[in-house]
Amino acid sequence: MKFAIALFSAAHAPSSRRALLFAQAALAGGHEIVRLFFYQDGVYNADNSIVTPQDEQDLPRQWRTFVSDHQLDGVVCIAAALRRGVLNAEEAQRYQRSAISVEAPWALSGLGQLHDAIQDADRLICFGGA
Amino acid sequence: MAKSLLLISRQSPWSGPGAREALDIVLAGGAFDLPIGLLFLDDGLFQLSAGQNAKALQQKDLSANLQALPMFGVEDLFVCADSAAERGIATDALTLDALKVLGAADIAALIDRYDQVITL
Repeated sequence: MKFAIALFSAAHAPSSRRALLFAQAALAGGHEIVRLFFYQDGVYNADNSIVTPQDEQDLPRQWRTFVSDHQLDGVVCIAAALRRGVLNAEEAQRYQRSAISVEAPWALSGLGQLHDAIQDADRLICFGGA
Repeated sequence: MAKSLLLISRQSPWSGPGAREALDIVLAGGAFDLPIGLLFLDDGLFQLSAGQNAKALQQKDLSANLQALPMFGVEDLFVCADSAAERGIATDALTLDALKVLGAADIAALIDRYDQVITL
């Protein structure tokens, strides 16, 4: 089955952890993930400036490793990210900000990427919504 | 055929960017001509209250975006009757035209009718 996964909760929320575990299980079960889309506070899961205490799960790092290892399409909503100060090099330069906190494998893009994934997938699975 | 999406909007308009960001998903889908429905549930109904004064909160008014829904081709607009009753909201005083007021059983059928659902 082809899954699209949307994540709306911040990096340390239990629902963000469940999203990663679901994504891992989906691939382990032989399914396909057409795209991960991070929206609202979900953009913090792609924030590489988050420092997690050593005895806690470093979810942003685990997401990064997971997406890189499986060469997944990981998209962070650009409008939601800008609003929350989660910028890649291009946006940091555009808005003259000093902090760059998103890099590959993540791509900043628009909501069209969510709709595109919804059309492409058999199922949209959402985590961390209201 | 394009897959249909139902967005269930549950957040009040001034509790943060949530309601606006939920609406942005709907407007973006409308701009792509996708079949989209929007259901206002729970505190989401407050987005449709008349006489809001966003300026008093130093916020940007959400109602202009809501009024733009038909222009974006989003015409399947629903409100939950129970949510309205719980909050003492008269559904005929809500600010969007052509809202369909649905009871719990209708909402279950509505969710069933759409291919995908996002609740925000």
